[in-house]
Amino acid sequence: MSSLPMLTILIPLIGALAIAAARRRPDLRESITFFTALVLFGTVLSMVAPLLDGQEIYFKLIDVVPSMSIAFRVEPLGMIYALIASGLWILNSLYSVGYMRANGEKHQTRFYVCFALSLSGAMGIAFAENLFTLFIFYEMLTLSTFPLVTHKGSPEAVRSGRVYLGILVSTSVGLLFPAMVWIYTQTGNLSFQPGGVFKDAIGENGFGQGQIALLFAMCVFGIGKAAIMPIHRWLPAAMVAPTPVSALLHAVAVVKAGVFSITKIAIHLFGWDTLTKYGSASWLVYLSGFTILSASVIALQQDNLKRRLAYSTVSQLSYILLAVGLWALIDPSESSSRFAITAAGMHIAVHAFGKITLFFAAGSIYTASHKTRISELDGIGFKMPITMTAFALGSISMIGIPPAAGFLSKWYLMIGAWEAHHWFAIFVLLVSTLLNAGYYLPIIWRAFFCAAPDESNFGNIQEAPWPMVVALSVTAGGVLFIFFQPGVFLELATLLAAAP
Amino acid sequence: MNWIDFHLPVLLILLPLMGGVISIFLKWEHIAWLWTTMISSLVFVGSGRLLYLLHQLQGLKTQDGLIPSHISYFIGSWPRQWGIELRIDPLNIIFILVVSLMFFIVTVYARRSIASEIPGDRIHFFYSIWMLAITGLLGILVTGDAFNIYVLLEISSLTIYTLIAMGKERDPRALTASFRYLIQGSIGASFILLGIGYLLMITGTLNLQDMREQLLLLDDFSRNRTVMVASAFLMVGLGLKMALFPLHFWLPNAYAYAPSAVSALLAATATKVGVYMFFRFVFTVLDAGHRIYFVSIRDLIMICAGSGVLICSLMAIYQQNIKKMLAYSSVAQVGYIVLGLALNNEAGIAGSLVHVINHALIKGGMFMAVGAVTYRCGANMLSDFRGLGRQMPWTMAAFTAGGFGLIGFPLTAGFVSKWYLIRGAVEAGAWPVTVVILIGSLLAVIYVWRIIETIYFVAPENPERSVQEAPLSMLLPTLLVIAASLYFGFDAMLTGSLAEQAARVMLSGGLP
Repeated sequence: MSSLPMLTILIPLIGALAIAAARRRPDLRESITFFTALVLFGTVLSMVAPLLDGQEIYFKLIDVVPSMSIAFRVEPLGMIYALIASGLWILNSLYSVGYMRANGEKHQTRFYVCFALSLSGAMGIAFAENLFTLFIFYEMLTLSTFPLVTHKGSPEAVRSGRVYLGILVSTSVGLLFPAMVWIYTQTGNLSFQPGGVFKDAIGENGFGQGQIALLFAMCVFGIGKAAIMPIHRWLPAAMVAPTPVSALLHAVAVVKAGVFSITKIAIHLFGWDTLTKYGSASWLVYLSGFTILSASVIALQQDNLKRRLAYSTVSQLSYILLAVGLWALIDPSESSSRFAITAAGMHIAVHAFGKITLFFAAGSIYTASHKTRISELDGIGFKMPITMTAFALGSISMIGIPPAAGFLSKWYLMIGAWEAHHWFAIFVLLVSTLLNAGYYLPIIWRAFFCAAPDESNFGNIQEAPWPMVVALSVTAGGVLFIFFQPGVFLELATLLAAAP
Repeated sequence: MNWIDFHLPVLLILLPLMGGVISIFLKWEHIAWLWTTMISSLVFVGSGRLLYLLHQLQGLKTQDGLIPSHISYFIGSWPRQWGIELRIDPLNIIFILVVSLMFFIVTVYARRSIASEIPGDRIHFFYSIWMLAITGLLGILVTGDAFNIYVLLEISSLTIYTLIAMGKERDPRALTASFRYLIQGSIGASFILLGIGYLLMITGTLNLQDMREQLLLLDDFSRNRTVMVASAFLMVGLGLKMALFPLHFWLPNAYAYAPSAVSALLAATATKVGVYMFFRFVFTVLDAGHRIYFVSIRDLIMICAGSGVLICSLMAIYQQNIKKMLAYSSVAQVGYIVLGLALNNEAGIAGSLVHVINHALIKGGMFMAVGAVTYRCGANMLSDFRGLGRQMPWTMAAFTAGGFGLIGFPLTAGFVSKWYLIRGAVEAGAWPVTVVILIGSLLAVIYVWRIIETIYFVAPENPERSVQEAPLSMLLPTLLVIAASLYFGFDAMLTGSLAEQAARVMLSGGLP
């Protein structure tokens, strides 16, 4: 038993309490947020070395009902997710200070408290030892982000909040919950473990092919946070939130929680053998391929910058699901390497850095110029050079061009698709790269190569406050850095792929 | 075993009975309240002690390999063929604990609330009837005698009609609500009496255990006409008492117009006692677990309960009166409880018993929170809740947490109930039941969320309205109950194991 995983959940909780207590002193409050984020990241980081050494890091909190416990176990995939969520929280806190103050947002204490609570939920998801624990923290994450989505309190925000909560809760309660109970009644076990829990429960008296496929579909659609079509609507709706929320939660913590949970369920609950045996996940390749393409096409048509980014997120998330689908197709007898799952792990990290940079940039543009539309961005690159350079870096990472980190995950994904001999997946990857270029490059083009239409109302724009600029520069630097030094992420992703 | 332990079962009835009678003479409202609080705390401690004794008993006997399980008390030491037997077993101890706990907490809560809703010169009468109602409810739970159940049911019913009618000072519709309940409740009670009469006719005994044994001796038990008619009468009568859809029409108005404290107590206890009787007759007397007879009407019961869940959850969405909304939700929750029972497997029955505990805490706490709103704002319509998130933060936090419990959110007690119920449904292969429970949860999201949005996102109609947080004497009990419901969502070992054990005993035929 090691209490470290529990600490990662407690630290943000304690932080939330301290933030609430310091509500009358904004400077102290923001310092606490920042400090909490640092401590959290340090705690997560301290578990990396033991994990790579192969030590077991396990903690059991309590038995909720007889034979069903809240417990945590650290494994590579969860570690990737926890690292990016907690690491980017530090930068996001810095960014939030600049954004929230510059835009004079109200209810800032509630904002920071809910943010800390969301991180606590995210850590719980990352280290959950069983599906039951994961479900609990999944719902906690939904709830704690709700006040952030409706932060403005305007009728539009309340409406979006309803869509957000409605989709996420109805999918998880309506599909994931019964799937969980069903698995439990048949296998008596919900633990994430190498090879999954179905070993003894498939075949004659247990689950058949159709049932496994149905269960897997219930899990995929039950985890609405992964935003696979047709349950992606909540993500564009959530863009009504302040930009730091869109940046950390709706590009990293919440959406990655979704794809992470699906990946984890696929690998550690269903297991390779179960899924490949019946090909129960083959449909996932087609559905995620469809999502990738159609979300990209929708993104092309968006003029609102944040909405375009949101649809880009929908599309990018499905890369990870595509990777999972490919992984579940590879015939064990033909190939022993699993590059698809390496790609899934890598893309969780890589997309996080790229997308948070893009959102940071979008928020900076809004703060500096109150512009939200892409058609208004002509010539802004010369007014906000750092921001727009970072934006350009984020964009090429999304497209998957070296030297940005996005290239790495796409590379592995391509190999995975090749190994699976899946022409449809290869086709999707190629076309989507073109589409990505199609909706990102025009923004950069406008920013740097088009003249500003009217100097008079454009003249006084300058870079956003320094905390925001620092934050987005660091994440943009991260995009480059990971390409040259994928280091810990690649090691973890490889470790993940090596597991049975 | 000392003297008090020995007489505990009968003391549970005698204490509130004598307390109620004495209360008539305590003409000062505070003294009457203090007296009631004292009695209720004694009753609560007594039922806790009973649980302990029962638990110990089991520890002793398991070594002999017997399935142990009950405490018998013979009034006047008459053997059970002639006298009255009180009998505590794993099933009714759950209900006894729930009723006595809520009796105690709501009594503490009631002082300020009742003082504002009932004229001062009648408050000691109120507490007198209050205790007599509890006498009836606890009596039904402890007794092992069918006719006794009927008598105590009448005591509790008559007193509850009176308690509801006392809401007339605030809203005259309480009188019609009470009258309506009186009519329907009396029909229900006479059906129960008829059912018991038929059973007496065929078995020649009124003791529930004896009845069971006699019935098992019949060779044509599963086809016997008299038993069938008796069961039909019992099912309808009990269905009325526990507000099983479509026999629930008395409930929404009765809960909505009764004094706040009465609504809280009734929601937590009255229908639960109806559920208990249903359990007792179905499992102990008619031995449903093993007879084809129950299996054949099981579908009907499931359809009633399932449509109750769906239709009453839908009704709840459209209510403007929050107490009425909670009342419709209660009918839906009775639906869940009966669904679990009808699944007829361990997880399902355990689910419905866990839900009895959890729902009593959740709904009791929510009614208490609404009572605090009534106390401060004078009404409990949806529009009164606007902007209360800032004005009554603690009360509203309790209400919200209770609402999450109704939805069945993880880490609330409601989640544990749904976990068991859905497990039961999946194990039984009853897919429609699973779907009904899930849709019910989603409908609960809607009717709860409607209020939460009003509390936190809608500005008050009249910005100058100054509303304060509820007084501590009302707030603390509310928070305590809600905190308990959250605790039992986090650590359900106590409630879960009590329910699982009771479910096992029920399935083995309710025999010790």
